[in-house]
Amino acid sequence: MGTQLDALTTIFTEFYYWVTIVFMFLIHIGFCMYEVGVSRRRNHLRTLMKNTMAIPLVTVTFFFFGWWLYFAFPNGPWITGGIPEIASKIAAPWSPLMAPHLSGPSPALGVAATDAATWHRLNGVFWGAFLLFSITTASIISGAIIERVRSGAFWIIAVLIGSVLWIIDAAWGWHYGGWMVQKLGYHDAYASGVVHAIAGGAALATLIVLGPRLGKFRPDGTPREIPPHNVWLVTIGLFLIYTGFWGFYAACNIPIISPTTIAGQITGATWTATNIYLAPTSLSAITFNFLMSLSGGMMAGYIVSRGDPFWTYSCGLCGVISTSAGNDLYHPIQAMLIGALVPTIAYKLHYYVENRFKIDDAVGAVAVHGYGGFLGVVVAGFMLWGQPSSPFAGYAAITPWGNFIGACIMFALGFVPIYAVCLLLNRMNLLRVPAAAEVQGLDFPTTEAYTLAVREIIAVERSMVK
Amino acid sequence: MSTNGMTNWAVDLANVGAIYPLQGMEVLLVVLGLIFWLGWHVLQIRQENEDLDKQARLLGEKQEVETRDLIGLY
Repeated sequence: MGTQLDALTTIFTEFYYWVTIVFMFLIHIGFCMYEVGVSRRRNHLRTLMKNTMAIPLVTVTFFFFGWWLYFAFPNGPWITGGIPEIASKIAAPWSPLMAPHLSGPSPALGVAATDAATWHRLNGVFWGAFLLFSITTASIISGAIIERVRSGAFWIIAVLIGSVLWIIDAAWGWHYGGWMVQKLGYHDAYASGVVHAIAGGAALATLIVLGPRLGKFRPDGTPREIPPHNVWLVTIGLFLIYTGFWGFYAACNIPIISPTTIAGQITGATWTATNIYLAPTSLSAITFNFLMSLSGGMMAGYIVSRGDPFWTYSCGLCGVISTSAGNDLYHPIQAMLIGALVPTIAYKLHYYVENRFKIDDAVGAVAVHGYGGFLGVVVAGFMLWGQPSSPFAGYAAITPWGNFIGACIMFALGFVPIYAVCLLLNRMNLLRVPAAAEVQGLDFPTTEAYTLAVREIIAVERSMVK
Repeated sequence: MSTNGMTNWAVDLANVGAIYPLQGMEVLLVVLGLIFWLGWHVLQIRQENEDLDKQARLLGEKQEVETRDLIGLY
């Protein structure tokens, strides 16, 4: 931090990301409420704990290796280069900059003054913001597989998707130097693909191996409804996810940066906010588009579901997800229309896939996040065709084929590894709870212990009165 | 004596780096952290297997029926 302006910029940026982290935590409160509301009463404690424990598990593993992967893999590695030196300097778990550090060097520990000057303030909050994206990616899968998955299996999947797979795709396509940005012109500013499509792909893979809940399908193959036990809780949960999504959007921006610092092709001296690719945008731009795409999704969802609360809210979420790839550049009315169209398709696809392939997705996560995210990236390729993907020279422009290939990579990077892991877990009998336990309810051990304790204390109280 | 090398704040902050205790033992801390994380998964899966086995054995017994009644039919 050489000058006072540098110092203020760095400290403002630090505070900005810290606020986004707090906002994004609301996403997880929302996910917990939402999933518990959807699950039946006999499963709601286990459902709560399954989602909740993804938070600490993804956190510690994102500290151990997730953050390093982001800085290590933007080049593939070995597609556009090797593993950058910065990965070990600032993101390895043993780096002194992954701990309380001041602005000076730590020569004995290998930290130079130039690295310390900026990263001692920004590393923790950048790590935290990316971590909250990671936990979100894991949580998306959690809801789809409720009421029959073993918690231990989900937590292994959560670590893989949250601290390995998504952060590799972020390094590839959500990094100013990512090889997909350089070679494909991949544009996905607010993570339609890098968070939602990959999570949807992983959820679908898990659902295929896991199978439907007992009784979900009639003997003739038609699905039965398993309604949420508390629709209020579901809708409040989704409202909280909307709220946290604001923090998510803000966290995808760099709030203030000078053209000199970007060191790209931008001329002049006008400071700006940028997206993750260091291309100019503003909070105003994404505020227009966040709200208009949310509205488009809710309005379409209300009509296609005939006013069903669950799908109206979910389509609102899908509206935002489906425009996120291009919400830095769309006109708000474009965002609204895309945000209405894609959720309508995703809604129809949900029921088509359920009927045709007997996929029991309890919360529609594959549709809302997977299909919505995938289509959002594809649509952005057409809408932003020919625009620069980056302020740096030599990068490919945004194209329909670049974004289509990118969307396929995102979905497949979630689907393929998680499918393989689920097959392995299934073979080890660690994926699904026994049928007896599914019928009794996953909360059975907790409730049984509660019942025994209540009986004992009542008996003791009565004996003392005598 | 200080666990991080600092005994007062009469310093130029531009010259101060790491301020956590036990500097130089970062790799050992990472190893301990990894053991804690992986050990947690092993213990958790063991606990879950025990609970599910116990639960399956109770299927149809009076205690099981009473507990399910308490949870409610839905």
